[in-house]
Amino acid sequence: MHCLWCFSEMDNQFSWSDVFLLKKLTGLCDDCINGLEFLRGNRCEKCSRESETTVCKDCKWWKEALSNDPLVFNHSVFRYNPFLQEVISKWKYRGDFVLGEIFRPYMQQAYQDILFKMKKDVIAVPIPLSEKRLMERAFNQAEMLARFLPVKTECLLERTEGEKQAKKTREDRINTKNPFLAVKIIKKPVLLVDDIYTTGTTLRHAASSLAASGCPEVYALTLIRG
Amino acid sequence: MKEQTRENVMLTPDHIAALDGRLLRRDEISLDEDLLQHLLSENLMKAIPALKKDFLSVKCMRCGNTDARFFARLSCARCRKNHLYCRNCIEMGRMMECELLYYWEGSPYVWPRHENPCSWEGELTSAQEKAAQRIVEAIENREKEILIWAVCGAGKTEMLFPAMTKALEEGMRVCLATPRADVVRELKPRLEDAFQDVPIQALYGGSDEKEYHAQLVIATTHQLLRYRKAFDVMIIDEVDAFPFHADPSLPFAQNRAEKPQCTTIFLTATPRKNLKRRVHNGRLPHVFVPVRYHGHPLPVPTLHMCTSLAKDLQALKLPSIFIHWLKKRKRQERQLLIFVPTIKLAERLKTPLRKILKDNDVIKNSEALDAVHASDPGREAKVTAFREKKLQVLITTTILERGVTFPSVDVVVLDAGHDVFDEAALVQIAGRAGRNANDPTGEVVFFHDGKTEAMLEAIYSIKQMNKRGGF
Ligand SMILES: [Zn+2]
Ligand SMILES: [Zn+2]
Ligand SMILES: [Zn+2]
Ligand SMILES: [Zn+2]
Repeated sequence: MHCLWCFSEMDNQFSWSDVFLLKKLTGLCDDCINGLEFLRGNRCEKCSRESETTVCKDCKWWKEALSNDPLVFNHSVFRYNPFLQEVISKWKYRGDFVLGEIFRPYMQQAYQDILFKMKKDVIAVPIPLSEKRLMERAFNQAEMLARFLPVKTECLLERTEGEKQAKKTREDRINTKNPFLAVKIIKKPVLLVDDIYTTGTTLRHAASSLAASGCPEVYALTLIRG
Repeated sequence: MKEQTRENVMLTPDHIAALDGRLLRRDEISLDEDLLQHLLSENLMKAIPALKKDFLSVKCMRCGNTDARFFARLSCARCRKNHLYCRNCIEMGRMMECELLYYWEGSPYVWPRHENPCSWEGELTSAQEKAAQRIVEAIENREKEILIWAVCGAGKTEMLFPAMTKALEEGMRVCLATPRADVVRELKPRLEDAFQDVPIQALYGGSDEKEYHAQLVIATTHQLLRYRKAFDVMIIDEVDAFPFHADPSLPFAQNRAEKPQCTTIFLTATPRKNLKRRVHNGRLPHVFVPVRYHGHPLPVPTLHMCTSLAKDLQALKLPSIFIHWLKKRKRQERQLLIFVPTIKLAERLKTPLRKILKDNDVIKNSEALDAVHASDPGREAKVTAFREKKLQVLITTTILERGVTFPSVDVVVLDAGHDVFDEAALVQIAGRAGRNANDPTGEVVFFHDGKTEAMLEAIYSIKQMNKRGGF
């Protein structure tokens, strides 16, 4: 077997320790696995960011800006370090689909970790790409991540506006038009899935569209807290 | 609408220059869909599947990859199918099973004949002149291939000018390809200077000249993956450098980029075994250029044994012999190029070396020393700073082993016994010293904790070359 990222030969000996099993499942060699950094220590309970306070500054701002935050919480797994940036860019932008497999065990583990915080019968909904972008790339990375989870994945959102760069100022975040539309009435709680939580704007837009279509509660699971 | 298309089919010569000799993905072709379909139906263009599947095997038609490790599956939103894509050439844009590659099949684009295209006013030494004439001859006779084996600092680029001149006079299309992007960047201004009225295009990952089409192309060997039957003269500079010798898709791309009548010119100071064997068997014509352009011999490396060096370096300890050598250097004003085996070591040795070199008055302040490696975003800037003597000392991995010229340096290899320093690398590294006529000597010192075959062979081959050069 060869490492999915660096192609170096990996030894095939097997052991039953949990750590080792998780490593094997990622398809990465030890060196590459060590390049991934988990978020750790005290975290913001709202957005998963590494933070000394229970709710980070960013989230306090959201709380004041929105009378009713449509997103219950976001959970992320990794720090956005240079190695992960390289992997994500090759996966997403170069379109090296199989690299997404690296994240399968981490997404599944993360789901188990947040299960107790969610209502029953949750379904996974990936953040969509615009039709144009989807045809260019031939796959949606968020959908790939969602399908790793042991729950039903439904593509309930549509993107009516093209992808744009994240806005610089906080005021812009709440003033931009919501680019998402829910395609039907939703009675079940939803776990939104995306690759990166940067400002939280995208997820909140998606969450408010879902809420407007009847969704009782919206949570988010993202691979990276940018 | 359909009837109008026929009239719109007037392709400009620019269109044809952009298509002829290339092998392109759909999104690399700037024609609208109607026109492309029309050209295909008229057999002016051809399309082939990007991946060729046989009963048990798959081949990527762009990079020639057949290794199963470099194929993976993708669930494609375009066709709602799960299919293969090639991971080997993905940096050039992903090729999937459901995609096509396009090439021009109409009458070829005619490149102009240039009268006296060479504006270089320098003079070749007699050794350079001899090699240059032999290359011109190879082009005139449409010979298939020739190897120019020229020692580091022989002035290879200048030796090519007469051959390039000849080719441009004949209206030929010329490609100067090299495995390394640094070398492309270094060659571009020199060729622009030497052929001032000839349009020149430089291609490497991240260059911004992809839309432009020139008769004289300087490119990394990777960029050849986008060509097919394009060139009359193909020059492969640094043919033994990574990754050309290690990645079979690059020689594959080189072959496909050549026209059937193409003359291939291989350039190197350190041919690998396969080329040497073909030379010895008389199956590859070659010219040997054993003298540097300034007429002085190659500096011969000296070896210094330091017990447990590799381990000490990991602990960031520098051997006393190294410090002793530093103090006794003949020309303290020379810049210092320090080669280390790994990126990690290059980064980690920065601080301890700054201290030692400051304590020994080699540098005045910490800013006079920096480290550089392949994944360093500041790489180009640091190399320039060193060339402009804004840096006095540069720690580097093997990325600076070749293709770069600094006028007056002493060269040190720390842990020369490491695997990355093979014979070719060590000869090239030694070749960084004494490049300039004003300071043609320079010290080259290998610090090691046990002699390796590679070190001994490097020294032997440097001495052999000096011997053949009459020293
Ligand atoms: Zn690896
Ligand atoms: Zn927060
Ligand atoms: Zn390929
Ligand atoms: Zn497809």
